[in-house]
Amino acid sequence: MGSGIVIIGAGECGVRAAFALREEGYRGAVTLIGAEPHLPYERPPLSKGGPLPKVIAEEARYGEADITLRRAVRVTGIDTAARAVALSDGSILPYDKLLIATGAQARRFPGMEAAGTLRSLDDASAILGALRPGARLAVIGGGFIGLELAATARRLGAGVTVIEVAERLMARVVPAEIAAVFEARHRAEGVDLILSATVAGVDPIAVVLGDGRRIEADIVVAGVGAVPDTRLAEEAGLAVADGIVVDHRLKTQDAHIFAAGDCCRFPYRGSHVRLESWRCAQDQGAHAARAMLGAEDPFSRTPWFWSDQYDLGLQVAGLPDPARPFIRRDLGEEAFVLFQLDDAGLLSSASGVGFGNAVARHISVAEKLIERAVPVPPAQLSDAKINLKKLLKG
Amino acid sequence: MTQWIDACAVEDVEEEDLIRFDHDGRTFAIYRSPDDVFYATDGLCTHEHVHLADGLVMDHIIECPKHNGRFDYRTGEAKGAPACINLKTYPVKVEGDRVLIALA
Repeated sequence: MGSGIVIIGAGECGVRAAFALREEGYRGAVTLIGAEPHLPYERPPLSKGGPLPKVIAEEARYGEADITLRRAVRVTGIDTAARAVALSDGSILPYDKLLIATGAQARRFPGMEAAGTLRSLDDASAILGALRPGARLAVIGGGFIGLELAATARRLGAGVTVIEVAERLMARVVPAEIAAVFEARHRAEGVDLILSATVAGVDPIAVVLGDGRRIEADIVVAGVGAVPDTRLAEEAGLAVADGIVVDHRLKTQDAHIFAAGDCCRFPYRGSHVRLESWRCAQDQGAHAARAMLGAEDPFSRTPWFWSDQYDLGLQVAGLPDPARPFIRRDLGEEAFVLFQLDDAGLLSSASGVGFGNAVARHISVAEKLIERAVPVPPAQLSDAKINLKKLLKG
Repeated sequence: MTQWIDACAVEDVEEEDLIRFDHDGRTFAIYRSPDDVFYATDGLCTHEHVHLADGLVMDHIIECPKHNGRFDYRTGEAKGAPACINLKTYPVKVEGDRVLIALA
C-alpha cells in the first residue's frame, strides 16, 4: 500500500470515510481533497437557519488523525491506468484506492439561470444575508430545501412565495397526508404557496410563471433538485446512470475506485437508487472506507431523511412508495406515523411528522425493523398502545 | 459535599427508557436500564444540542432523536459519528421510591 488512499470530495461522505479509515486501523496515507476553501462543514443547517458554519470536525482533528486535508483544490482528471489523479494546482497524486465522494450540485432548469441556488456555505451566506424584514423571497420548488428556506425566511421576517410545479409539496419522497400538514402550516405562517405552476422564466427581481403572472422578489432561489457530480467518473470511463454505478460494496467497475454518497447509484432492495441524504452520505462513507480495506459485506443501511420547518419535524426511514397504501399510527398532539409494507408483508418505510422530535423514536425503531426484516403484524403498527421496540427483541 | 437532588419517582421512568429532568437552569436525562439500574447524563446531545429525551434507548445506548449520535448512558461514551464528544454523567441513587442525582 505505497500510495495510500485518495478521497475526492470533502463533504459529509468524504470526511466520514477519511476518519473511518483511521478508525479501521489503516496506516497508509489518507488525502482528502475539497474544492471549497472552507473547513468541511455540515450542509443540512444551511437551509435551516442555524448558526453557520457548523464544521464536521475541528481542524486539529485532521492532524491528529494524520489526514491530509487539501482545500480549494479540484481534481481535474483520473488516470485509471496509472492510478493517479491530476489536481488543479498542476500536481499529480497517485493512489492505491480512490473514493469518489463528489456529491451533487444544485439543478437549474432552462429559464432559471438567473435564480440563485442553495448548496454551499457561500450560497447560504449570500441568501441569508439578504433576508430581512420586508425583503421578498421567491422560491422555485416545494421540496425540502425550498421549504426549509421558506420557513427560515419567515422567521427572519421576509415575505415568501413558493412556486411548485406539482399539485402538492415534497411529492418525491413524502406521503401526501404528511405533505398536507406542511402545506397548511406554511400557509398559516403567511407563505404564498402557488402549486401546479410552471416557471416560464426568471430575471433577478422576478419569476414569470407559465400563465404570465409575474412574482416580484428581491431574491429568487431555485430548489428544484440536484444532479450528481459524475464528470470525473464519466471521463474515466466508469459507468454512470444518474449517479456513478457501484456494486453492493460501493465499488465501481474499476477494482481500485469506489464511489459513495449523493454521487453514486447503488443496489437497494432489488433495484438501484441514488439518494440525497446526509445520513446515507455518512453511512456510505464509513462503509466505503471498510470496503476499500477489503471488507466484503454489502452496504445495507436503511435510507433516513429528515426536515425541520418551523417547529415541525419530519422523519422518514426507508423509501415511501406513494402508490401503495399506508398504515397510520396516531401519537397524539398532532403527531403521526405512516407505515408501509412491501409485497412480502415486511416493513418498507415509515414517515412521521410532529412537533420537534415527537416521531423520532418510532422512526428509529422502524428503521431497525426494516433493516432486520422483522415481520410486523399490521394491527400492531396502527395501535399506538403497542410498543414496537418489543418486536426488535424478538 | 455532594448535593443530591430529587429528580423523579422510580415509577416515572419505564424500563429501558429515559425522561427529561430540569434543575436550576440545567437540563438532564434520567435513564432506567433493562436491568433496572438508574443513570443520569446531561440532557443535550453533544453534536447539536438536541434534547435526548425524545431519543430511543436500546439496552445501554441512547440514540439522539435527530442525527443518530449514540452514547453509552452508563459512561457517557460517544459511540461514533456524528457524535464525537462524550456526554457528562452524574451519580444516581435510589432512596425508597425516589431517584436522586448528585450535582457537583
